[in-house]
Amino acid sequence: MAVTTMIGAKIHRREDPRLVSGEGRYVDDFTRPGMVFLAVVRSPFAHALVKSIDVTQATKAPGVVAVYTHKDFTKVLSGTMPVTPSFVAEKKQTPPRFPIAEKEVVYQGEPVAVVLAETKYQAADASNLIDVEYEQLPAVMDLDKALEAKSPKVHVDGPDNLGWDLTYIPDDPAVMKEAEVVIKERILQQRLAPTSMETRGVLAEYSKPDGTMTVWMSSQSPHFVRLFLGGAMGIPENRLRVISPDVGGGFGAKISPYSEDWLVPAAAKLSGRPVKWIESRTESLLTTTHGRGQEFEVEAGAKKDGTLVYIKATQYLDIGAYMGTFAAFQACACLLAGGAYNWKHVAARTVGVLTNRVPTDPYRGAGRPEATHLCERAIDLLAGALKMDPAEIRRKNFITAFPHTNHFGLVFDSGAYEKAMDMAMEIAGYEKLRKEQEEGRKKGKYIGIGMSSWIEICGFGPSAATAPATGGIALVESAQVRVFPTGSVAVYVGTHSHGQGHDTTFPQIVADTLGVPYDSIELRHGDTAEGPAFGYGTYGSRSLAVGGMAVHKASKKVVDKARKIAAHLFEAAEEDVAFDQGHFYIKGSPDKRKAFGEVAFASYGAGLPEGMEQGLEAVAYYDPSNFVWPFGTHIAVVEVDVQTGHVDLKRYIAVDDCGNIINPMIVDGQIHGGVAQGISQALYEEIIYDNESGQMRTGTFTDYLVPSANEFPKFELGRTITPSPTNELGVKGIGEAGTIASSAAIINAVCDALSPFGIKHVDMPASPDRVWKQIHEAHAGSNHGKEAHK
Amino acid sequence: MKHKVATTVNGHRHEHEVEPRLLLVHYLRDVVGLTGTHIGCDTSQCGACTILVDGKAVKSCTMFAVQAEGKKLTTIEGMAKDGELHPLQQAFWDEHGLQCGYCTPGFIMAAAYLLEQNPNPTEDEIRRGLEGNLCRCTGYVNIVKSVQAAAKTMGGARAKPAGQPAVTAGGE
Repeated sequence: MAVTTMIGAKIHRREDPRLVSGEGRYVDDFTRPGMVFLAVVRSPFAHALVKSIDVTQATKAPGVVAVYTHKDFTKVLSGTMPVTPSFVAEKKQTPPRFPIAEKEVVYQGEPVAVVLAETKYQAADASNLIDVEYEQLPAVMDLDKALEAKSPKVHVDGPDNLGWDLTYIPDDPAVMKEAEVVIKERILQQRLAPTSMETRGVLAEYSKPDGTMTVWMSSQSPHFVRLFLGGAMGIPENRLRVISPDVGGGFGAKISPYSEDWLVPAAAKLSGRPVKWIESRTESLLTTTHGRGQEFEVEAGAKKDGTLVYIKATQYLDIGAYMGTFAAFQACACLLAGGAYNWKHVAARTVGVLTNRVPTDPYRGAGRPEATHLCERAIDLLAGALKMDPAEIRRKNFITAFPHTNHFGLVFDSGAYEKAMDMAMEIAGYEKLRKEQEEGRKKGKYIGIGMSSWIEICGFGPSAATAPATGGIALVESAQVRVFPTGSVAVYVGTHSHGQGHDTTFPQIVADTLGVPYDSIELRHGDTAEGPAFGYGTYGSRSLAVGGMAVHKASKKVVDKARKIAAHLFEAAEEDVAFDQGHFYIKGSPDKRKAFGEVAFASYGAGLPEGMEQGLEAVAYYDPSNFVWPFGTHIAVVEVDVQTGHVDLKRYIAVDDCGNIINPMIVDGQIHGGVAQGISQALYEEIIYDNESGQMRTGTFTDYLVPSANEFPKFELGRTITPSPTNELGVKGIGEAGTIASSAAIINAVCDALSPFGIKHVDMPASPDRVWKQIHEAHAGSNHGKEAHK
Repeated sequence: MKHKVATTVNGHRHEHEVEPRLLLVHYLRDVVGLTGTHIGCDTSQCGACTILVDGKAVKSCTMFAVQAEGKKLTTIEGMAKDGELHPLQQAFWDEHGLQCGYCTPGFIMAAAYLLEQNPNPTEDEIRRGLEGNLCRCTGYVNIVKSVQAAAKTMGGARAKPAGQPAVTAGGE
């Protein structure tokens, strides 16, 4: 590689001038001639039979072009919506899902009909005129009850409500007996709405004469949509173009294809008109996949000296009414239950439970925040039982030798866990904080200090591991680097940037590899008509460690060809030609040189080496040898008002290590956003359903609390750099780290603050209501609490 | 029945016949054709649709187009002058105050009004002043920094216009 000049530099984002000027182009900003608007009629019930649908009035309403129901869509759509086998091999049942209900609706918000009209107001008006007769059925909402033999079923024709049940590693009673101190806790991971600020949206245009379909969609993975949609509609990939333009956030909820991703293109084909649908916020909260939705039974044991012995986790996962495309991925919480520590034994089992709720699927972190939360809570509970400082029990048990193979056969590539923890403690002023805490308690001031030493598996992923899990598609990544005759460069990638800044960071990599000016490189993504045949998309903190490496690999292929041409021009042997800072020269005589641009121009001309074709461009697919493993330690400082139960987050310290860094400004930004989402889970957000009726109670932003700037402090960041040995760039991933780390730090701090009351665990969100009740109950049940509160 | 509405948007006069129920944000996006003003919720919480109405920050999803009769409206498209970004736009760029960019126009418009009211806000005042706008990407850290930076520039703006973006190679 050339001498690094751009990698590691704080380059301001080149996408920003258009975004700050109102010139971003999101799906709703596109229109097509003759376009109509689609409104979806949705089930108001969590579970019901559809007895009849009367569309007479709606069809006659002003501006209405068409009304379609299940029977219309079966003319242009076939098969069921995709579900990957994922990591759960012993899956018991995957309820078949067609994008629109026929005879039974199984969650509130499931589509039953659509209306096409000339304006969005007319479509909305007419959708209210569709008369659907339902027969309500009992809604299955509670995970425990759902598994009872006498429980009503989520699908009337289903065998039962068990989605899957898989024991990864069973108990080892001999080892478990060695523990001298044992803790047990049931830990809740409430349902969350991923809540990108731009909701989902689809615009589709079908050309009957050409048999071509163009779809604009707010998606993290347009190639996957093309693959699945093409299959469902019988349109080959060369006639189906999916464009994911500027996308206003994804957070995992824009990976999987949705009902509307099928229904809108299908309606365009049925009606012969371009069709647009934009999700409302209420539709989003009701029907976009939720995250988390799990309960864990956690048990852990240690020796009296603090040596960890075993941890055992049982995951009960609320699948919802259908299995989300990547739902089973969330079971990876089990595989990381041991966290950053050496345990003699780790036992894990995952149980997927069907309910009459919207499906869960990946949300920022997907399984890894849950793993961190259960493990870091268990560590603090053990520390409490052993009367050890939480930092000391961590220090004593950290994994220190790398590569490290965990109990599930996953290989941690590199790490320096203690170093990150030490830095976080130094920034926090840990010893001083503990003194302040002690002083505070004497005055009735309840300060809590919480720590989370997180690890993450990301960079999905090696083909050998991912292809069986996805049903055959390896999660490798592609890139194409194209050098034009006058030396400007276009780079096409299969990842999609929706805030991550790839337009800036990928050209930084290319600039260094090709040694050409950063400004001469243009990045293009999100249009399946351009670049390599297949791209795998952006999720799982994979874009840099997999996609960035594909960019690097394609750039190197270009340099290799250019070197051959340079050698030919020099009339020298290829091995005598060196390349540095964008120039080729003969080794030992750096004066005799040719700029990369000169060689690019020559590559399109005559007189190339014998047998060489014209042109200077290359496609690369990069298949990583392993996942990558970022890590770090976060520390939260809270003060709990024991009169009101309000948790005030005073400080938040995050020390993260994601290997080598391409652009520190963007890394910090990813951490900020991730941390905020984890704090939101810990303190604010929760999707709530009425457990009797199955009705969602949090269907607008008035009920679902997305925090504003006023709910957060400034975050204090630190960084260690431990390069990844997995790839040539030495990079890991940072997109999800903040979220993976932060919920545990907050809840550990809240529990630490409330320890004088004998409170050991607080579930999320630690809302004033929940915290106040727990303090109140502790008061009632314990003299110790009373004393503490004096 | 349609109603006549005449507005001045970013200095340009517009006259249209619109349904009385047409929301101002839909008027701007679908009738006037300015798509920089975004929609992020149905209930006036997110602030993505914030614009200035006669200089005052307003969530344009809470007003009907007909209520804007005779008003001067400023949207994000009207912030840059003579090809030069507004100091707030420049500051959001410089301070990495945006990621996906969807909430950004609303934040810039809300911040413009905030700085109009309070040219030198404290961090706390900025956080409270922008609590009607939601961002899901940034954790608000760099949004606060952007507004602080813009306040500084605008305080000295009379002497020194916003410069070109920094491309600082070689380190933080």
